[in-house]
Amino acid sequence: MGERYAAGMPANAWNWVAVWRRNYLGWKKIGLASVLGNLADPMIYLFGLGFGIGTMIGPVEGTSYIAFLAAGMVATSAMASATAETVYGSFGRMGDQRTWEGMLCTQLTLGDILLGELAWAATKALMAGTAITIVATTLGYASWPSILCLLPVIALSGLAFASLAMVVTALAPSYEYFIFYNTLVITPMLFLCGAMFPVNQLPGAFQDVASLLPLAHAIDLIRPAMLGRPAGSMGLHIGALCIYTVLPFFLSVALFRRRLMR
Amino acid sequence: MVAIDLTDVSKTYDKLVVDRLSFRVAAGECFGLLGPNGAGKSTIARMVLGMTSPDAGKITVLGVPVPARARLARMRIGVVPQFDNLDTAFTVRENLLVFGRYFRMSRRQIDAVIPSLLEFARLENKADARVAELSGGMKRRLTLARALINDPHLLVMDEPTTGLDPQARHLIWERLRSLLARGKTILLTTHFMEEAERLCDRLCVMEEGRKIAEGRPSALIDEQIGCDVVEVYGGNPHELGALIRPYAQRIEVSGETLFCYAPDPEQVLAQLRGRAGLRLLQRPPNLEDVFLRLTGREMED
Repeated sequence: MGERYAAGMPANAWNWVAVWRRNYLGWKKIGLASVLGNLADPMIYLFGLGFGIGTMIGPVEGTSYIAFLAAGMVATSAMASATAETVYGSFGRMGDQRTWEGMLCTQLTLGDILLGELAWAATKALMAGTAITIVATTLGYASWPSILCLLPVIALSGLAFASLAMVVTALAPSYEYFIFYNTLVITPMLFLCGAMFPVNQLPGAFQDVASLLPLAHAIDLIRPAMLGRPAGSMGLHIGALCIYTVLPFFLSVALFRRRLMR
Repeated sequence: MVAIDLTDVSKTYDKLVVDRLSFRVAAGECFGLLGPNGAGKSTIARMVLGMTSPDAGKITVLGVPVPARARLARMRIGVVPQFDNLDTAFTVRENLLVFGRYFRMSRRQIDAVIPSLLEFARLENKADARVAELSGGMKRRLTLARALINDPHLLVMDEPTTGLDPQARHLIWERLRSLLARGKTILLTTHFMEEAERLCDRLCVMEEGRKIAEGRPSALIDEQIGCDVVEVYGGNPHELGALIRPYAQRIEVSGETLFCYAPDPEQVLAQLRGRAGLRLLQRPPNLEDVFLRLTGREMED
């Protein structure tokens, strides 16, 4: 059993690139529409809430509300696009489109395929997060050099959210089940993790829960960088995101093995 | 050289689907797994590829133990799956490019083989057409070309012509024969007697996960039947059966059709000629008869 599980792991450190390139080729055909689609949602939140609520309330944590919100929207857009790509894109390629079935007939292993899919979802998260960052920076809510620190953080956050969503993808019998993940996990995180208001506004117990959630760690890295402030406990936040990437990955290899290679 | 070696392989899902099956496929031969839907053919194809593991038994493919080192075997295998899994939004050329990359081929290596693959698949004029625009036969041929991109020793084909019209099917058969002439080994699953008879050097006839016969198609037909067949349509098969029984080696009734196996078919025909409402057909025996003999039923499509 252990030997068979091992055979499903990535064969080497570069096999996944072919999977990533396949998805990139597919995306290129509809690239612009896809980027605009991913951007619309966080932009509407940023400007709608930022200017709407922002005019009614004073500074938050020592900055304007919209500048506070911008970091939340960068992290949220990374979360949303990595999740959507995994639960819809990867699920389709695993199921109806039979793309994975074709890949499994080559020298690629299940682990190679999953790694390629995660890297691709993280790439889409990076594109969405970077686009919001550029808009926010252009409007003066962040400094241009900070973008350099943000890119790896957004990519890592994307990887973590994709990896979590991959477990859901491995378990979901059909597309309909993703609504539960969205309403029970993704949307609550939006409110618990300091994306739209500071976590210390929450009751104590909720603050404890929030400190465990991946979106909180992503925001705790992104917000100081955008506001040009020193980040506390960087190692902790990066480590947490790494754990959220690695553990679900091993779990999803096992789950997909059971699902596809029975 | 042995390309595939299965020894006492069993697999159970909810029920037993492969039951202590053994067979060997020599390099360069076309070996067919023939049986109705649910006989376990696709499961065997998946086990040979290491996509599912046997519960018991041993599998060696191209000298490599499977599933333990299936990836190594798959480097030298081409697969034609039962259902098309081409990238429908991509062009013909892009499908080959993407698949070549799965085998770690460089752009240059892939570009070098694409023209000959397109020619093989008779898709030279479709290189830049999207897969969604292709006919069913063209898609199958592209799937076949795609399976050849890594220049495999062994081809595993699961029902390669199911769902194709006769013309498209004949073109695929012709292409498969040209591959055999080039020395490729083929493992073919089919529920299609004519396909098995035309292409396969040897066959394993299966029913409910078990091997019920194995050998060359012509040898199986000679051993199991060995005489001409008279098919009788119309009338009451049981009544007619009693009439011609003295002249028949064996009589089978399947649905509305009576199959009479007779060393001297003229005598049988003489008994039946002149009876109203009967249609008679005398023909040489085929695999359909073998299957009917072995299982007592026709292979449903």
